[in-house]
Amino acid sequence: MYNFEFKNPSTIADAVAALAGEDAQALGGGQTLIPTMKQRLASPATLVSLGGIPELKGVCVEDDGSIAIGAATTHATVAREVADKYPALADLAGHIGDPAVRNRGTIGGSLANNDPAACYPAAVLGSGAAVVTNARQIPADDYFQGMFTTALEEGEIITSVRFPVPQAASYQKFLQPASRFALVGVFLARFADGVRVAVTGASEDGVFRWTEAEQALNKEFRPDALMDLRVNPMNMIGDLHGSKEYRAHLVGVMTRRAVQACI
Amino acid sequence: MPKDSGIGASSKRREDVRFLTGAGNYTDDINIRGQAYVYFLRSDIAHGRIKSIDTSAAESMPGVVRVFTGKDFEGVGGMPCGWEVTDKHGAPMQEPPHPILAQGKVRHVGDPIAAVVADSLEQARDAAEAIDVDIEELPAVLDMKAAAEEGAPLVHDDLKNNICYDWQLGEADDDKVNEVFSNAAHVTTLELVNNRLVANPMEPRVAVAEYSRGTDEYTLYTTSQNPHVIRLLMCAFVLGLPEHKVRVVAPDVGGGFGTKIFHYAEEAFCTFAAKACNRPVKWTASRSEAFMSDAQGRDHVSKIELALDADNNFVGLRTHTYANLGAYLSTFSSSVPTWLHGTLMAGNYKTPVIQVNVRAMFTNTVPVDAYRGAGRPEATYQLERVIDKAARELGVDPVALRRQNFITQFPYDTPVALTYDTGDYNGTMDKLEQAADFAGFPARRAESEARGKLRGLGVNCYIEACGIAPSNIVGMLGARAGLYDAATVRVNATGSISVMVGAHSHGQGHETAFPQVVADMIGIDESMIEIVHGDTSKIPFGMGTYGSRSLAVCGSAMVKATEKVIAKAKKIAAHLLEASEADIELKDGQFTVAGTDKSVAWGDVTLTAYVPHNFPLEVEPGLEETAFYDPANFTFPAGAYACEVEVDPETGQVTIERFTAADDFGNIINPMIVDGQVHGGIGQGIGQALLENCVYDENGQLLSASFMDYAMPRADDVPFYTVDHSSQTPCTHNPLGVKGCGEAGAIGSPPAVVNAVIDALQSGGKAVDHIDMPVSPSRVWAAMNS
Repeated sequence: MYNFEFKNPSTIADAVAALAGEDAQALGGGQTLIPTMKQRLASPATLVSLGGIPELKGVCVEDDGSIAIGAATTHATVAREVADKYPALADLAGHIGDPAVRNRGTIGGSLANNDPAACYPAAVLGSGAAVVTNARQIPADDYFQGMFTTALEEGEIITSVRFPVPQAASYQKFLQPASRFALVGVFLARFADGVRVAVTGASEDGVFRWTEAEQALNKEFRPDALMDLRVNPMNMIGDLHGSKEYRAHLVGVMTRRAVQACI
Repeated sequence: MPKDSGIGASSKRREDVRFLTGAGNYTDDINIRGQAYVYFLRSDIAHGRIKSIDTSAAESMPGVVRVFTGKDFEGVGGMPCGWEVTDKHGAPMQEPPHPILAQGKVRHVGDPIAAVVADSLEQARDAAEAIDVDIEELPAVLDMKAAAEEGAPLVHDDLKNNICYDWQLGEADDDKVNEVFSNAAHVTTLELVNNRLVANPMEPRVAVAEYSRGTDEYTLYTTSQNPHVIRLLMCAFVLGLPEHKVRVVAPDVGGGFGTKIFHYAEEAFCTFAAKACNRPVKWTASRSEAFMSDAQGRDHVSKIELALDADNNFVGLRTHTYANLGAYLSTFSSSVPTWLHGTLMAGNYKTPVIQVNVRAMFTNTVPVDAYRGAGRPEATYQLERVIDKAARELGVDPVALRRQNFITQFPYDTPVALTYDTGDYNGTMDKLEQAADFAGFPARRAESEARGKLRGLGVNCYIEACGIAPSNIVGMLGARAGLYDAATVRVNATGSISVMVGAHSHGQGHETAFPQVVADMIGIDESMIEIVHGDTSKIPFGMGTYGSRSLAVCGSAMVKATEKVIAKAKKIAAHLLEASEADIELKDGQFTVAGTDKSVAWGDVTLTAYVPHNFPLEVEPGLEETAFYDPANFTFPAGAYACEVEVDPETGQVTIERFTAADDFGNIINPMIVDGQVHGGIGQGIGQALLENCVYDENGQLLSASFMDYAMPRADDVPFYTVDHSSQTPCTHNPLGVKGCGEAGAIGSPPAVVNAVIDALQSGGKAVDHIDMPVSPSRVWAAMNS
């Protein structure tokens, strides 16, 4: 690790100001950034911790019934606090990494990084959540823009994520055997106005909505409705843990299992 | 009634108290005042010619003590290979030099090019980044078959090709072997890969060296399974140092699994640099360095053919194996695919004609050497997979086919150079059938099928040659070392005992099990006995721990030394009791005169030995004896394993539902420790079978270079094991009748897992007769859908 300046602001405004400095980088839970820095693959001049800002932490229910989760809230806290309100989201948060990761890693950090195999992007896109920043509110459909790429501007900080609560939802994760990230993860949420299906781990373009499956399920919400559907393997990730074809196949299997779990 | 102490008791592991309370003392815990830190600049390309190295900028960086390159080591030797294999034409293997730091070429990703010694690790690393290395990249040699072809790029320019040796064992007459196969009623052929593994002990390698100008003495603290071997190799072959001026200490070691047997360049470097810099020097491997510098395991590509007669008797076996040695010869690498592999191809079966062919290859990959089982898992996997395939082709029960061909008469001379002293393979299989509840399998399969899962039962046998071995025999086979071991039993005046042993404990529980033996022999409490190991200044010259040899070889030396101690103590007791030495008996820590009530306690005799006021004049004072023990033969643990898996037909995911091991380890000192050894071995075997795979891309870049891509088995990947070691045929040639248990699990489990997966798939109507390990979900799915 190279030397760096460390700043620990206690307000969003101070954090935004600190991030305006040259080569400054926001630090969430550090579960990706710190190992990367230790390997000397990242070398920010200044790290701005978002862990000391009280208004970024915690879970609350808004007037419209949606759940707002502060960006610096750890996975373990989410798993505990939304267990009654949004069980599928709690289940997802409770199965990220291991206990050490879950007690350090944050939802904002995960979304800002947008790892193509991370779990949270599937929940956010699958729920049709809104990513709230210090400057604006970004709908999930606009937020994810490909592997490790998001709609965030330079210096923009995620402050919270607002999840509408579906009638039923399920996250089905097929584990990559080594990292235990999602080889394929499918988050399915059923709302009064339709079904959303978001897939992580599988695509070279990062998390995506499987719209054909959504349309089929809107007509008929049962696993068999998907039997003839298949995502195109062309855009899937192929690596030593699974070919493009295998991932495409798993998208179907995991989606059907998610439907089954919601019935 | 289980015993509560001594031989046969499940005494709790006393060493665990310090390990579990954070009081262990590992090499990285050792810090010497004034120490400097080493950072190795390693090649990030697999094969290239070094055109220039400019260290001038690095040398002027803050904190830098000195920068070393290959030039600094032109005057010293390279890393030696401890076993010279003779090829099938009688020529010695090709043996290229293995420099401490690269000279002329880099030959694998991770090959050290330069080393920076600095006040801090970060400074050393900063300076290493300032070293300017110009390397002309060359085509990487990776595929073993392509590497053997005429005109292939050469890993070592001075060798005639990339073939280290073409070796053969068993029937040398090809015509005779061909005749057996052409006359056979059935021939089963299987081509398979034994996947390359990274040992990944929890503790990465570490070396800390210091040099004393005052005494001209060196001390090297290192993560080793065999400190005397390291001292001998480093002093005699690499650095040219007098052995008596060098102390090598291997303190607590956090797992070895074979990869800490070998003498590594980093150990020699730190020892050399400690004098050159006149400062203690420390190196601690990162996990990334472990992936690209610890010797790796397995990596065989084999074709095996089994010939059967019309009655399903095995009549011939032939194998052709390509064995990957990596870029350089690691310490015992040459022996693994040959004498530790070819000799095991008879397995538990009386196949009359066997021919083993092994072609060992240099490639631009990390060196490959012994890893838990070392050659024997590769042999067992081939044999037990081809037998399983033969049973399926012939439509016979795989267990019955094995039983029909078991060796039943002992001693048994195999066609591949071994003499099995004892065994009872049918008896062990009986234990397995019972413990694994074969009878209940159909009901369990039906239950799985009701849940949409395919269930399979896989069975296999194994035999291993452990307790390596008679020095005269291994010498004839090319070993450049003896393979005895040694123990000193030092009785203190107050009766407590320190036993200094050549074996090294790094998970095996010697500190608990060895005292059980001595305690039993004398009749005193185990707590009175302490095992000392891992320090060449404290222990007699021993060869260390690997090949499941510690108890069979070093334990035998300890028994011999204890017998000498007892014999001398009896002389002293006879003097004190005014009786004839021949009439003295030792029981429960009391010396008695046979047929009388006269007795003297162990402690009184030991005190007399050191306060010899009333002492036999012809006896020397003191009570301390050393014994060296060179075994008369290998030991032959054997067993039968059963694995039950469920396969998810939609995803290809395999889960292990039951795993049963029936082992014959001969006599057992501590059943709990034996259970633990078997559990650990099976865990690693399941890791190989389902998860672990070391993969290079076409340029020689390591794709599985971290735990993000190299899948280690975790607790939820393995089931609760059933382990039965009640089948016991004691070894006939060592005093304890023990055989060794450290590697059995890793040898016996991979074929059981793969056989079970194939059984599951075939039960579901899938025409799959083989899947290479690791049997990952994607591979199972691909096989089901091909």
